[in-house]
Amino acid sequence: MIKTKFNYDYYLRKNTLPHIWCPGCGDGIILKALLRAIHKCGYSKDEVVITSGIGCASRLPGYVDFNTIHTTHGRALTFAIGMKMYKPKLKVITISGDGDALAIGGNHFIHAARRNIDITLIVFNNYTYGMTGGQYSPTQPLDSFATTTPFGSIEPPFDVCNLAQAAGATWVGRSTSYHAVQLEKFIVDALNHTGFSVLDVITNCHISYGRRNKMKSPVDMIKYQKEKAVPARSAENMSPEELIGRFKTGVLFEAKDKPEFCGEYHKKLELLKTK
Amino acid sequence: MSKNIKLMQGNEAIAEGAVIAGCDFFAGYPITPSSEVSEFLSSRLPKMGKAFLQMEDEIAAMGAILGAALGGAKAITATSGPGMSLKQENIGYASMCEIPCVIVNVMRGGPSTGLPTLPAQGDVMQAKWGTHGDHAIIAITPSSVNESLYETIRAFNLAIKYRTPVVILTDEIIGHMREKVVIPDKSEVEVIDVKLPDVPPEKYNPYNYTSGKVTPLAPMGEGYRYHVTGLIHGETGFPSQKTDVIQNAQNWLIDKIYKNIKDIEKFEEFQTDDADILIVAYGSTSRSARQAISMARAAGIKVGMFRPITIWPFPEEQISNLSKKIKKVLVVEMNMGQVILEVQRAACGSKIYGLHIVNGEPITPDNIFAKIKEVSEN
Ligand SMILES: Cc1ncc(C[n+]2csc(CCOP(=O)(O)OP(=O)(O)O)c2C)c(N)n1
Ligand code: SF4
Repeated sequence: MIKTKFNYDYYLRKNTLPHIWCPGCGDGIILKALLRAIHKCGYSKDEVVITSGIGCASRLPGYVDFNTIHTTHGRALTFAIGMKMYKPKLKVITISGDGDALAIGGNHFIHAARRNIDITLIVFNNYTYGMTGGQYSPTQPLDSFATTTPFGSIEPPFDVCNLAQAAGATWVGRSTSYHAVQLEKFIVDALNHTGFSVLDVITNCHISYGRRNKMKSPVDMIKYQKEKAVPARSAENMSPEELIGRFKTGVLFEAKDKPEFCGEYHKKLELLKTK
Repeated sequence: MSKNIKLMQGNEAIAEGAVIAGCDFFAGYPITPSSEVSEFLSSRLPKMGKAFLQMEDEIAAMGAILGAALGGAKAITATSGPGMSLKQENIGYASMCEIPCVIVNVMRGGPSTGLPTLPAQGDVMQAKWGTHGDHAIIAITPSSVNESLYETIRAFNLAIKYRTPVVILTDEIIGHMREKVVIPDKSEVEVIDVKLPDVPPEKYNPYNYTSGKVTPLAPMGEGYRYHVTGLIHGETGFPSQKTDVIQNAQNWLIDKIYKNIKDIEKFEEFQTDDADILIVAYGSTSRSARQAISMARAAGIKVGMFRPITIWPFPEEQISNLSKKIKKVLVVEMNMGQVILEVQRAACGSKIYGLHIVNGEPITPDNIFAKIKEVSEN
């Protein structure tokens, strides 16, 4: 447990900066919240492993001084699972964009959740494929525009949190890059949870998504996050119509009684030893 | 000392070899004709306190073994045909990031679903070129159950020594047949272990492209914090687009294998001394070839065989030397002509013939003997 004063520089690989993100991108806000949260939890840099897939969000691990693995598109969770199974003492965190986590990586997402393996997945949900220039993603809202939905999207989006919960994740929450303080707190909660935790972070990509959807500037997008976020408790008193075009924030689901995968595996190993 | 002799299936021998090599992580996805490797390991590994995982697909299995290998595990996966195709992107990641791992491909007929239960040798070029981009790889083609065990141990050693994926390329025949195996004691075989680097963390670079020596991969979580990326990276592991870094990185991926070819190569020469015809065959096909050679010799035709055990990097030099004295070379393989292309390059002074039968049946000694007669009369 380290009890030093928090300092970003301690956690950043400053020689890898400047980062590749566009000015005004939400990803940096999440990076900072993640560093504050890791510090609060008291992990040493050596015990943290961060895996990511491919995309703007997935470039995060390169900038932070932990054991970092920038894997292949959609596969970050599979590397995380290998690492966690082999070295269960390490704290394993996975960073993914919405395309990375839910399109190409969708299968790994549901199976990691089903196993309830002790990994924290943070989805940087900007409704688009930022890195490749703004094609539509599986979380892009209906009727919105992308380079590959020039006439508006007809595909219903995934709700990351509902999907995570249904598939078996035992801690599910949502925040935004606007709600930076809440975001940090939720990352702490997710990291402290034993089991598969999924934090859906609505973040802004004004470059690839916003400017095609009447939100040209980072400010427009941050306003969108502020205005459309509905705390889960307030949502309970709202009608389905009132909730259209908005999203719930908060800790949306938590289960403490479901067995965690690595723990169960090691119980089996212990049993085999006594046989 | 009495020998530990067992009757075993080829796939079981691979599992046994992995255990002796100190394998501590398996992840896979079921597919015929390789599933027995995972079935055997699903019982062996947990009993030794080690990790076994059946993943949601082969891509996940490949990712999981790489994640574990970055933690310092000796990791292996096993698959066939369609599964091998799915693994390719992450195999390239292993090449690029220099992560040791062993991939078993028990070849079946293809392309696509092909012939799930029948043998073929159609994935030899895939083993070398299956993933995109320039890289080198090591692939091994055992031709017996006993050899499957020992070559699996060697595969782990090579993977760690050269920080590379190593493909064990067997086929349905070797994978499913039962034969005598001499199980060695761990003390009787060379086993290379994962080590911490011999420099302190602050001096550690995960890559080295210029010294000619392979830097050990520090297991993550032991104080050596570094970055791994499939982007072209410099010696510190961070992405780079500098032309010299790119060229050095590309050269290194190839050089570290080809400049050490003497250490990696392995082959068998059989009755080549007086041969007028040289057969080149590998894996199960070489067994029929051996039989055909006795038939030919009984009929007065002097035939010998060169059998690559390490098939990639290709034993160009040996074949080239043999072709200087043996003017007829016959390549026998259960595919439409893959290794013959390499032989044509290496043995350019000889006349080269091919016997390529891909009909779901093994190539028989009779098939080969008939071809030998044709070649000798030609
Ligand atoms: C197998 C594969 N397919 C496609 C790509 C191209 N690609 C790179 S990033 C990306 C999408 C990234 O979108 P997302 O995951 O939402 O992350 P973001 O960039 O928005 O943060 C795609 C399709 C790739 N790298 N690999
Ligand atoms: S393209 Fe979008 S997601 Fe990517 S860095 Fe720019 S603003 Fe951020």
